Amino acid sequence: MLLIACPHCGPREQTEFVCGGESHIERPPTPEALTDHDWGQYLFMRKNPKGWHYERWLHAQGCRRWFNVARHTVSHEVRATYPMGQPPPVIEG
Amino acid sequence: MARPAAYSIWSLVRNALNQHEGWQRVWRQPEPKPVYDIVIIGGGGHGLATAYYLARKHGITNVAVIEKGWLGGGNTGRNTTVVRSNYLYDESSAIYEKSMQLWEGLSQELNYNTMFSQRGVLAIAHNRHGLEEQNRRGGAIRLNGIDSEWLSVAEVKAFCPIINTSPTLRYPICGAMLQRRGGNARHDAVAWGFARGADAAGVDVLQNTEVTAILREGGRAVGIETSRGTIRARRIGIVVAGHSGVLAGMAGFRLPIESYALQALVSEPIKPVLHTVIMSGAVHVYISQSDKGELVMGASRDSYNSYAQRGSFNIIEDQMAAVKELFPIVSRLRMMRMWAGIVDVCPDASPIIGKTPVENLYINCGWGTGGFKATPGSGWAFAHTLATGEPHPINAPFTLERFATGYLVDEHGAAGVAH
Repeated sequence: MLLIACPHCGPREQTEFVCGGESHIERPPTPEALTDHDWGQYLFMRKNPKGWHYERWLHAQGCRRWFNVARHTVSHEVRATYPMGQPPPVIEG
Repeated sequence: MARPAAYSIWSLVRNALNQHEGWQRVWRQPEPKPVYDIVIIGGGGHGLATAYYLARKHGITNVAVIEKGWLGGGNTGRNTTVVRSNYLYDESSAIYEKSMQLWEGLSQELNYNTMFSQRGVLAIAHNRHGLEEQNRRGGAIRLNGIDSEWLSVAEVKAFCPIINTSPTLRYPICGAMLQRRGGNARHDAVAWGFARGADAAGVDVLQNTEVTAILREGGRAVGIETSRGTIRARRIGIVVAGHSGVLAGMAGFRLPIESYALQALVSEPIKPVLHTVIMSGAVHVYISQSDKGELVMGASRDSYNSYAQRGSFNIIEDQMAAVKELFPIVSRLRMMRMWAGIVDVCPDASPIIGKTPVENLYINCGWGTGGFKATPGSGWAFAHTLATGEPHPINAPFTLERFATGYLVDEHGAAGVAH
């Protein structure tokens, strides 16, 4: 079980949250100019790293706001939480 | 070297009389050769089945299976051993039913007891929408020539007397879909049987050998770097489930796959109470009883990406609540062990079996939460793909390109585990 520090409500149990998957995926500004291959890359391809993962979480049973989490996919350590729109923190190693 | 003698009732009697000291080693521990025709990365059930069918069906025996740990130590040894072929779409029916037909003769084919038991797989509906989905899927399954029956609540109770069919349940049972040819198999035995068969045909099974890089020359894969040296190959197949993205990263392409922990647990062993497999997608648990008497239970996957092979406690809590409601008889049963495997989930809950953007490099992945049942069929189809360089018609729909063309095979309803 994870303890996640919501930027708005503070540390709460994981069961209050919903994981929304990889963060920082930008919708291409001109979809009509993309090939099917490039659209598929945007829509489906994921980093799925073994290591630090930057992902979106929703505080579903709290403030109902989305935010970002930097979490390790092997240790499950939550290193940072930060508001939507902010760039991901740089994590050494 | 001498090939292992066939197992039979006579070998059992002879070894019993000799205090069981005469059993041979089941497969060799060979040194890696510098060059193979085909290298398969991943020594789980799917990789070993691929090697077996390459050798037996296609006559290609200069093959190596590269395994980071020990055989069947990943998802092959961590699943809940359920085998079925009740999928919705024609594409899925073709490959899962091919697999089912291979299961039906597998112990004889391998001369290795996979303990395949067609005890039936019963999928429960808990509301009107579940019933409608089952009727649609059951009809599609029968149109594809695969067995599927629908049971009323009374028939469910008669088929499985310990199930709670009370209408006052929070999620009452409204009916169920039964595939009688479905059931269980011994998961370790499947890996060991395929490994023994492949090894006997000349395949090198290399355990404790980790792949650290995929060697490319001019856009084509030519070999791999491993913890035991460089191995070159004409064709390379990746069959590594949860770590597919890591291997794809080594070869410089991306996958639509995310890795999650899917956990299971077993109870203390008890006398036989459950002769079938029960699945409930809505309250989310699947349960069967092993030959040792343990109740084997699975549930939903964790919601966040993980490579850690351990699951969250809240999933167990939900799972136990579901089990206790469906089977009040288990309420005081102690749970003995829990574990998790890392499953490779595709956006459409269907696998990817075929070519990659790198020439001579092939991939078989994305089986997600339901790969065990497909082990023989997946190996059979991937062996064809590696032997000929082109997919077989039964795995042709499961390309990586479908994530550009949009031709997805959406099997979330049949996948059993919620994604």
